[in-house]
Amino acid sequence: MSNPKRPLAVLRSYPNWFYLPAGLVFAVFFVVPTVLAFYFSLTRWTLFNATFIGMENYRNFLGEPMLAAGLRNTIIYAVMTSGLKVIIALPLATLLTSRIRLTGFFRAIIFFPVLVSTVAVGITFSALMQPSVGLINTALGTLGLPTPDWLGNPRLALYSVALVDVWKGVGIAMVIFIAGILSIPTDYFEAARLEGGAWVKFRHVIIPLARNATFTVILLSFIGGLRTFDLIWTMTKGGPGFASDVLTSVIYKYYQAGFYGLSTAGNVVLFILVTIIVFPLMRYFNRLELEL
Amino acid sequence: MKIRNLLLKSIGALSVVGLLAACAPVPAAPAAEPAAGEAAAPSDAAVSLVYLVDESQPSQARAKAFVDGYMALHPNVTITIESRPGGTEGDNLVKTRLATGEMADVFWYNSGSLMQALNPAQSLVDLSGEPFIANIAESYLPTVSQGEAIFGVPGETAMGGGILYNKKVYADLGLSIPTTWEEFAANNEAILAAGITPVIQTYGDTWTSQLFVLADYYNVAQAVPTFTADFTANKAKYATTPAAVEGFKHLQEGFEKGWWQQDYATDKFDQGLQLLAEGKGAHYPMLTFALTTLAENYPEQIEDIGFFAQPGSDAALNGATIWMPAATYIPQTTSNLEVAKDFLAFIASTAGVDAQNAAVVPSGPYVIKGAVLPDDVISAVRDVAAYIDNGNAGPALEFLSPVKGPSLEQITVAVGTGQMTAEDAAAAYDADVEKQAQQLGLPGW
Amino acid sequence: MSFWKFIKRIWLDVVALVVIGIVFVVPFIFIVLTAGKTQKEASTFAFSMPANFLLWQNMREVMAFGNNRMWLALWNSMLLTVGSVTLLVFLAALVAYVMQRRGDRMAAFVSAVMLAGLIIPPAVVPTIFLLQEIGLYKTLIGLILIEVALQLSFATLIFRTFMASIPKEIDEAAIIDGASPTQLFFRVILPLLRPAMITVIVVSAVAVYNDFVGPLYFLPGAENVTAQLTLYSFISQFNTRFNLLFANVIVITIPPLIMFMFFQRQIVAGMTTGAIKG
Repeated sequence: MSNPKRPLAVLRSYPNWFYLPAGLVFAVFFVVPTVLAFYFSLTRWTLFNATFIGMENYRNFLGEPMLAAGLRNTIIYAVMTSGLKVIIALPLATLLTSRIRLTGFFRAIIFFPVLVSTVAVGITFSALMQPSVGLINTALGTLGLPTPDWLGNPRLALYSVALVDVWKGVGIAMVIFIAGILSIPTDYFEAARLEGGAWVKFRHVIIPLARNATFTVILLSFIGGLRTFDLIWTMTKGGPGFASDVLTSVIYKYYQAGFYGLSTAGNVVLFILVTIIVFPLMRYFNRLELEL
Repeated sequence: MKIRNLLLKSIGALSVVGLLAACAPVPAAPAAEPAAGEAAAPSDAAVSLVYLVDESQPSQARAKAFVDGYMALHPNVTITIESRPGGTEGDNLVKTRLATGEMADVFWYNSGSLMQALNPAQSLVDLSGEPFIANIAESYLPTVSQGEAIFGVPGETAMGGGILYNKKVYADLGLSIPTTWEEFAANNEAILAAGITPVIQTYGDTWTSQLFVLADYYNVAQAVPTFTADFTANKAKYATTPAAVEGFKHLQEGFEKGWWQQDYATDKFDQGLQLLAEGKGAHYPMLTFALTTLAENYPEQIEDIGFFAQPGSDAALNGATIWMPAATYIPQTTSNLEVAKDFLAFIASTAGVDAQNAAVVPSGPYVIKGAVLPDDVISAVRDVAAYIDNGNAGPALEFLSPVKGPSLEQITVAVGTGQMTAEDAAAAYDADVEKQAQQLGLPGW
Repeated sequence: MSFWKFIKRIWLDVVALVVIGIVFVVPFIFIVLTAGKTQKEASTFAFSMPANFLLWQNMREVMAFGNNRMWLALWNSMLLTVGSVTLLVFLAALVAYVMQRRGDRMAAFVSAVMLAGLIIPPAVVPTIFLLQEIGLYKTLIGLILIEVALQLSFATLIFRTFMASIPKEIDEAAIIDGASPTQLFFRVILPLLRPAMITVIVVSAVAVYNDFVGPLYFLPGAENVTAQLTLYSFISQFNTRFNLLFANVIVITIPPLIMFMFFQRQIVAGMTTGAIKG
């Protein structure tokens, strides 16, 4: 990252005590409760009493019959949302950095859903996805296309929620891609313009040279996807039945049921899982990172 | 044996209350009663209390009626209502605030198994020595008690759990009220043939999916009188008790025979009520508190709605499963215990009932002695009262046992959408129950 | 210019306008239409014009609901958001600055801790115990500090990536001019961080403003209601009033909308420079 041997005088200009204010807030309001929570994950905890039971909660959580399905759904959701965000946002960003008019307007309306509360978005799309009078199926029906029960069909519900997630989050991905494209030196585009048309520019300049932005988008939305909760909870509560359960919704249901120790153990497992998946991914991306 | 006695006793007592509630003249109210709400507050110094109530419209309206009624009698007292989310988010909030000693001065919460999970002995004020307890029907007290201690006073009506049905559909098709499942199934086929939805299901609000199972409890208890005790003691299981699997089988049958309406998988409670009120659906397995909302949203159709108990296998043993009223409790951390108790005394008096009646359409009989339902009470409420009066009613399992699995609503949706068979569902529920009992550290699990 | 040339030039604009319009604007039209309906009309979820457009009336009802508590909620949310974001920007910028400039083992450790903060879900009840212990439970400052702690990781990451693009020569020049470490940071670096700051402000303001678990658990009480919590007045387990719910959504989306219009240009600019490197 930087030169390891730096003169002491320079290091003195970056004093370690600058960490202190943030470190204090972070330690007191995040680390301490997290450590406490880790202790509670080793107990049978009713909020009123905590009885130490060792690893029992972990055994229970990992032995949960629905866990495999929940894990599979979580991975599907994370892969699908991060993949779609890249596939949709990259061409959008290309389009909105070209000479097309009204780019400011388009960027604004695509980014706007990012600002709206997830609960509100979830409720709105639940209504739009209503199977017989909802707008989506009314439109599909008019066009003579099939009209599935987006959220009521157990095989479809997870994917429907993932699509809404993409709708809400594609704005951030787009902005990151726009940033990436704008940072590509213009002579590359000149060369591409001489070589051929828009396709050459997209395929041979933007895709390879906006790579760092792609990594950022994938990483952020992958972590977001693994930790997703609000939207699934608002739209399906993990249902119908258990069909769209992800790890966080399973954990939250334990919490709701008053199984506080068990749900805390679930959170620890989730943390370990995300770490196992994300850290190697990040190392891999870092190695491929491009210096412009 | 003991539980059976308890059940019989509670049915007997309920029927007394039912009688009282169903407008029969009341011979003698306990002497303590008039003194309770109207007694002067312990002092005339200004006092303010906070009353934590869930956000649902009926709860808010009732709470406001209690607060306004009480404040009119005691001008020195100010009670503010604080709202909280309902449902399980609300359960968590209540538990968290109790466990951290930050509960409001008085609060509204369910009775039965949910109350048991509040660790009442350590967190709530024991009211068993208070004179106003005498105003409450004895059958109700076990649902707000642990051991000898009594923690809450009922603030709404009891409810029937069973089938709400559209009387016009029944009249048009010449159907009669079924008392066995075969008759019910036959009615459904006739209704289906007439192009009307036989049974409304609304899995957009998952809690509504549990009724076929939960409201079957009276039938289960009649068929296997020892089930409550054995189930609580970890000796009887749903999956191995044929009568207890019936509720799940009903759901499976309904799905397989196409009794549900088209959008059942995502429709919500509101839409279910609309289908029922407009006669597009004939039956809605539901709790009668829904009548309050129906009366508000569909005042012209409310008299078309009736109630019958969920049919079982034996007509002679058929009866209604009863849900007990939610209660108002005082946490041990209250800022003014005397005034809080006095407020509860008001809620548990006929004056409190009058205040409720003025604010909210009653959806079942009261469990306050001397309480009278208004003369214009809707007819479906009379249907519920009739079961109680005839002794064909008993409390739902959650008011008799602290054991209740949290995933039942997902399991019943899975059955009702054809993802799970009744047998698998019963076994899954047993596993769910076991997890709950272990997590709560109940003896014998 | 010929007709066909003109068509050729604008067809992409037109296609983009139509597709983006449908996908991104229609849901908001739906919200407005539903917010203008009666409760009965709204409960069907149909995309249709209301018989009478009652938007104004419904919004007024939302504003007046529960003794005008919406005003209180918006005020509380503003205090919470402004307080949290202001503190957050300073703390995160300090961390990111030292972390990026030193690049030593300590910095690597801080960086790993920050990433963990991005991944670990917060623990509600232990946090309440802690707040009670230090006397900050049910105080705005307590909730602000929690929101800062929860947003710190993300904000630090954004600042750090951006820091990398500020040449070290700038620091060195200032140091030679005799600037103390604090002067260097506040007078020289902080102003240069402005684009990244806008990203941090927008994204974390939205996160804090839309947080619902925090206020619900750490700052309970009718007088402490926040904008997100008002949504729950109309979502009930038993009887959701969708017309008022959507009117409420509109009301509480107005503040972020204003912020968005204010920062609209800078958002993309901020990201442009702030997010080049992962």
